[in-house]
Amino acid sequence: MMLIDCPFCGPRDETEFSCGGEAHIARPLAENKISEAEFADYLFMRDNPKGLFLERWRHSAGCRRWFNMARDTVSHEIVEIYPMGALPKTAAAKSAYSASWRRDTAAEHAAKPARTTVKNAGKARGAK
Amino acid sequence: MADNQPDRGQRGLPGGKPRYSAFAVAKNSMSYHQDWQRAWRDAEPKSEYDAVIIGGGGHGLATAYYLAAVHGMTNIAVIEKGWLGGGNTGRNTTIIRSNYLWDESAAIYEHSMKLWEGLSQDLNFNVMFSQRGVLTIAHSEHELREMSRRVHAIRLNGIDSEILGPAEIKKFVPTINIDQSIRYPVMGGFLQRRGGTARHDAVAWGYARAADDLGVDIIQKCEVTGLRRQGRKIVGVETSRGFIKTKKVGCVVAGHSSVVAAMAGIRLPIASRPLQALVSEPIKPILDTVIMSNAVHMYISQSDKGEMVLGAGVDKYNSYAQRGSFPVPEHMLAAAVELFPVLSRLRMLRHWGGIVDTCPDASPIISKTDIEGLYFDCGWGTGGFKATPGSGHVFADLIANDRPNKIAAPYTLDRFRSGLLIDEHGAAGVAH
Repeated sequence: MMLIDCPFCGPRDETEFSCGGEAHIARPLAENKISEAEFADYLFMRDNPKGLFLERWRHSAGCRRWFNMARDTVSHEIVEIYPMGALPKTAAAKSAYSASWRRDTAAEHAAKPARTTVKNAGKARGAK
Repeated sequence: MADNQPDRGQRGLPGGKPRYSAFAVAKNSMSYHQDWQRAWRDAEPKSEYDAVIIGGGGHGLATAYYLAAVHGMTNIAVIEKGWLGGGNTGRNTTIIRSNYLWDESAAIYEHSMKLWEGLSQDLNFNVMFSQRGVLTIAHSEHELREMSRRVHAIRLNGIDSEILGPAEIKKFVPTINIDQSIRYPVMGGFLQRRGGTARHDAVAWGYARAADDLGVDIIQKCEVTGLRRQGRKIVGVETSRGFIKTKKVGCVVAGHSSVVAAMAGIRLPIASRPLQALVSEPIKPILDTVIMSNAVHMYISQSDKGEMVLGAGVDKYNSYAQRGSFPVPEHMLAAAVELFPVLSRLRMLRHWGGIVDTCPDASPIISKTDIEGLYFDCGWGTGGFKATPGSGHVFADLIANDRPNKIAAPYTLDRFRSGLLIDEHGAAGVAH
């Protein structure tokens, strides 16, 4: 049983949330330039680590907003909660991010321009 | 399809182990049961094998047994990090059925069902296979319609299946509540009379004993720490008990498939989730069949000891913790108590979780990989126990011949590249 600290509503019972699976899967933009196998990495293949896992969650029975969470899949310890579109800040979650095989896939490389746009958009929002 | 009998290979105990029988029990009672032979040797790992199976659960042991019994590969080993059948094999609700919608699924689960029918004789081990019937209940008009579509598809594949109305269900299962005012009312259901249960531990032990008799080394408390390869070829397995040289490695590690795959740099579409079950205190016989509900994700049967065995759904997030969250069984028990009011004051004795390897299309992966000599049998998700003999049989065939047979071919890992999915999730409902 987990107590999840929703960044918008505060700590709530896990039954109020739904899990959206692996975070940071960027859709390849140039999808016709990558092979079927490379597209499968984006569409079907999933990181499934035993240990720290970066995943998306939604406070579906509350504010219904999405956020990212770094959680240990063995102890269920929540290490970090951070906004959508952002990258984790804690050392452990950062290394989990870079350790994922997904960082080396053609699908993710094909999505790189989109990532920059999202980052800029975030900055623009932050400036307001 | 119904006429094709699987190749059972060498049956019984050709290696010369004393047979289990009523006579053997009587004979051993003379010596106060002190002289029973060990069911399998506690083998030390050799430096080299023709093939190594990672994972000593039902599927892994079945694979090893059929490699030896059907394909004559006896210089092989099963390595297991814990003890035999200590993972999902000993954690499931032991339900066996073959009533699947798609042809590919029907082929493999019916292949398995045929092996179940006669498995105790094949292994000379009573796996307590009991064809007590599996009744899946529909709780809505839509579910009932979907069910009849499924029943017709199943019958076209030569597999027994029939639709029952609420009154017929009440006759078949007198303890059930068919009052239409409850949260999950019984609108109808479909029954596979050849379905049923088996004793899960006995399946692991029976396969282990028979495989051992054929010369297979069963090595427990031996954890795989790495897969050694030369270029795109497997050359051996690194374990906690040293390096084992081999050209063929079969991975049958259920919830830990992604962990082993990562050792070889292979990506799988698998998410590991906890699946929970619980067992009540023993009571007198009240249920002589298996009841399933896809909408609630509940299964219930009564063991020979009299315990009510209840299975719940999977948690919606990844976990390797071998325990589940509380709300999932709570939801299931609420529905179970309404369907079977007789359960309302029953106390639960044990509750546990197993880590299942769920696939996006709810169908397994029985496949070669990009690495020569490395094979995967995984992704059985929430329904692997029923497939134990069939899975081991076709996976052994894949390892021995380095090409999938007709039954295994659709279950290639490549289907996630080609898009030829076997979508049992949509077809079979949630429970499967």
